[in-house]
Amino acid sequence: METKENKQLHGILAEFQNPATLLHAAEAVNNAGYNKFDTFSPFPIHGIEKAMGLKKSKLGWIVLGFGLVGLIGAVWLMVWVMSSAMPLSISGKPLIDPPIYVPIAFELTVLLSSFGAVFGMLFLNGLPKPYNPLFNSENFNKASDDGFFLYIESEDALFSEYKTTELLKDAEAVNLEKIYD
Amino acid sequence: MSKSYEFVPEPPLVQGNHTFGSITALIGDIPERETPKGWYIAFGVANLLLLLLVALLSYLVWEGLGVWGLNNPAGWGWAIINFVWWVGIGHAGTLISAILFLFRQHWRTAINRFAEAMTIFAVMCAGLFPAFHVGRIWVIYWVFPVPNQMGMWPNFSSPLLWDVFAVSTYFTVSLLFWYVGLIPDLATLRDRVKSKTSRFFYGMFALGWTGSNRHWLNYEKAYMILAGLATPLVLSVHTIVSFDMSVSNVPGWHSTIFPPYFVAGAIYSGFAMVVSLMIISRKIYGLEDIMTVDIMEKMNIIMMVTGNMVAFSYLMEGFMSWYSGYIYERGIFWLYVVGPYAWGFWILMFCNVINPQFMWFKKVRRSVTLTFLVATFANIGMWYERFMIIVASLATDFMPSSWAYYSPTWVDYLTYVGTFGLFFTFFLLFLRFLPMVAISEVKAGLPQADPHYYEEDDQLEGSNGAGSIVIQPNESV
Repeated sequence: METKENKQLHGILAEFQNPATLLHAAEAVNNAGYNKFDTFSPFPIHGIEKAMGLKKSKLGWIVLGFGLVGLIGAVWLMVWVMSSAMPLSISGKPLIDPPIYVPIAFELTVLLSSFGAVFGMLFLNGLPKPYNPLFNSENFNKASDDGFFLYIESEDALFSEYKTTELLKDAEAVNLEKIYD
Repeated sequence: MSKSYEFVPEPPLVQGNHTFGSITALIGDIPERETPKGWYIAFGVANLLLLLLVALLSYLVWEGLGVWGLNNPAGWGWAIINFVWWVGIGHAGTLISAILFLFRQHWRTAINRFAEAMTIFAVMCAGLFPAFHVGRIWVIYWVFPVPNQMGMWPNFSSPLLWDVFAVSTYFTVSLLFWYVGLIPDLATLRDRVKSKTSRFFYGMFALGWTGSNRHWLNYEKAYMILAGLATPLVLSVHTIVSFDMSVSNVPGWHSTIFPPYFVAGAIYSGFAMVVSLMIISRKIYGLEDIMTVDIMEKMNIIMMVTGNMVAFSYLMEGFMSWYSGYIYERGIFWLYVVGPYAWGFWILMFCNVINPQFMWFKKVRRSVTLTFLVATFANIGMWYERFMIIVASLATDFMPSSWAYYSPTWVDYLTYVGTFGLFFTFFLLFLRFLPMVAISEVKAGLPQADPHYYEEDDQLEGSNGAGSIVIQPNESV
């Protein structure tokens, strides 16, 4: 901990007993007007997005975009190949024949949409992110096990070491820790 | 309305009064613990079989397709049977991870992770066969629309090409789905393992996951969308596999019942494989609290339902061949029953029609040994189903003068055995290094994961951590 002095305060990490107290704390912090805060839990907690005042995920739109690229790309590729790049008459089948495009158009739509879902999710979450000041906290390892945490960044306009600590204490935090970066 | 309802109380998904921490320890410590001796023995055997596969495929490439038992008219043999069989097995994994997710069947969390792993490895085994079947594996990239100096493009009106797209999409999407599910659990292992090297590798693949609820929001959305995409995908894959046959005009193949019939069969054999693997791994790794007998029973019911759908399809095949009035259809069905491959037909009837009926008995559904036995027969039966469809239909085609009896060669036998080496090598590595149960999903399914659990009014009798909650709506609505 000797490096604490030459590092800046990044925020305050509060640990809570269970999902319910975390949910109430998130509600209190959100109602107090904080924006730069986050909650951490080993699994998604139902209703916490409302308590934190989060908007709906935009992922659906990304997936839609990718899916349309897949669909249009697949149909374009097949029509172009079958009609101009390499028109081959095989067993008298018509060259431009919508039913034969269905399987591949469907598969490529699904493929591109899945890319959209996975990479879009990582993009929206800002992952991969190998370094995170929270990883400096030994206690934070519990966030992937059985710990429930709320973190308020010092960059938040309302942040003050004393007031923020008091707010978290009032919300039944069981453990408070300053995070330096 | 003054009726009182009471939902049937479901037994708790996780038994043995587990907490979040004990679930993490139960699953997350497996890669840290000493590996059971049996693992090394199994891994050694699997490696030898994998070596056998590599040797036989090399021999095939060196000598040419003639080393397989293919003849004229049976131009497709064991290779295509094995392909369809392995792909079919894979389908259970996607069904468990995607379809059961959309239906909110929370019991899936106990088995979805390794069922998905099974899917990926099964599809790898499947993909080998058609790839080598083309004869010149070194130009296999011709099946993809890759621009080349010959100005050559694939024929998009061929069902075989649709299959290339279906199976490669299926493999890619299954892999992505599996990996997305793994991210939070890899973070759990990253925070848990002691050695620096493991920490580095788990950390690298966990991508810096923190469990932030801002992230969980997008994550859950992604998971839901992937499940929604994988559901029609899994149905489309075996549909397109069945198109390989049903779009042609061979009697016994040219039939519209093939897509649903193939999908039902795929799920039947896939569940049989998942249940067999589950029975073995729950014992070895002591996961009886998570992979409970109740879950095994539910899987057995799905096996029974899909098995009966398959049995119904056989009935319809017979009926339609008579009803079509087409002599070749009637002829081929009659040849299945009493022809040169009748022995295969009767094995199939036993394994796929009589065998699933044992699951009507609760005693059988809840008995580990009997389930294992029934599941093994189901897998054998589904292999024979593809054998009958592919070989029996081709070998006795239109002209009796061109009929020939197909028999596999030693290369066919050993290549099939070798794919088990490929499958189990990967599967055992997965059991050794990755969390075999979706830790975060199991935790999310515990009663204490719900914030309402902590409100005192809601604490009904028996909800002491892992008990069941009986929902009783008011008497008058």
